[in-house]
Amino acid sequence: MPSTLSEESGPVFGSVALGPLDGDLTINFAQPGETAIGPRIIVHGRVHDETGHPVSGALLEVWQANAGGRYRHKNEGYLAPLDPNFGGCGRVTTDENGVYALRTVMPGPYPWPNGTNDWRPAHIHFSVFGHSFAQRLITQMYFEGDPLIWRCPIVASVSDRTAIERLIAPLDMDATVPMDARAYRFDIVLRGRRATYFENRPEGI
Amino acid sequence: MADLHETASQTAGPYVHIGCMPNAAGIAGVYPDDLGVQMVRADTPGQHITVSGHIYDGTGAAVKDALVEVWQADADGNYPEDGTGFTGWGRTASDPDTGLWHFETIKPGPVTHGEGLAMAPHLTLWIAARGINIGLHTRMYFPEDTDAHATDPVLARIKQPLRSDTLIASPQGEAAYNFNIHLQGLGETVFFDV
Repeated sequence: MPSTLSEESGPVFGSVALGPLDGDLTINFAQPGETAIGPRIIVHGRVHDETGHPVSGALLEVWQANAGGRYRHKNEGYLAPLDPNFGGCGRVTTDENGVYALRTVMPGPYPWPNGTNDWRPAHIHFSVFGHSFAQRLITQMYFEGDPLIWRCPIVASVSDRTAIERLIAPLDMDATVPMDARAYRFDIVLRGRRATYFENRPEGI
Repeated sequence: MADLHETASQTAGPYVHIGCMPNAAGIAGVYPDDLGVQMVRADTPGQHITVSGHIYDGTGAAVKDALVEVWQADADGNYPEDGTGFTGWGRTASDPDTGLWHFETIKPGPVTHGEGLAMAPHLTLWIAARGINIGLHTRMYFPEDTDAHATDPVLARIKQPLRSDTLIASPQGEAAYNFNIHLQGLGETVFFDV
């Protein structure tokens, strides 16, 4: 439908006081002095709209399984153990250039009851707020080189192969912190300025 | 500027609350509160209301792992712009046992839509859950605003009256409304491609 103010506006999270540890899943649930178990990684990138403009102040919320492929949830039944120092949630907002960075551990793949032997590739769930409610997005990020990606029916629910490839974060050696954490880069594009112009500005949704 | 492609949506899966409402999911101590659980305070201007409902799948079963978000204008019909005061935004989870979700909020005013025109008071709702690949946008209108519904530009786009009825809540006593959402089947709620 043609958008109205109800879709072109959206909540502002600038006043949400994020805690200093919110974006570091390796320690935000851990006991003091301890860290989550698993390969340490940085996930970073930029949030744009479809015309390439950075989206500043975007709230990104993430959730994931631990390094063994186990979620911290009461409905979870996988036999891999919980990590007492890993909760599995984190959040961050983008800066004025649309840039964000998170620290976490590499999630493990896990089996799920679909076919007789289906495994989810390692992935991080992302929930994203842009500037308008119509930009609201939930998606999943995968890791370069994971052979399970192309076997996964949930990945395959995206029919366009190039769109799937954009969900796969490449290893980013330039952002890797030596002797600490590898880095993966995941850029996100929110719908934007697609058709609607308002107030004489080339914006809209 | 570059013409980029929107990132593909993927299902929120069954554990969306770990990321979006960790306290409700039993993960305490990471965030002090879940975002969006409190929309109003006692002194928030406007008529304080409760909105509740179920989300039903195509077989008529209540969805028990959904995330529901609301975005709405304030009592004067203005969308909050700076995140202070009434935020206009709320988030709730379906009850894991019953599937019931609810918001405590205020009734929004009519929202300006072009010169001299207005949209009837409404809540914009967004739903994510396992099995839903793209978050669903819909609206809830209020049953008492029949005159405003007649001139609402969005309701006017829905040609069959039976379909637009799926966007109108039912009164449920004093200052309370019930709004059930049907994902598929007979009486499927109207969802918007925004």
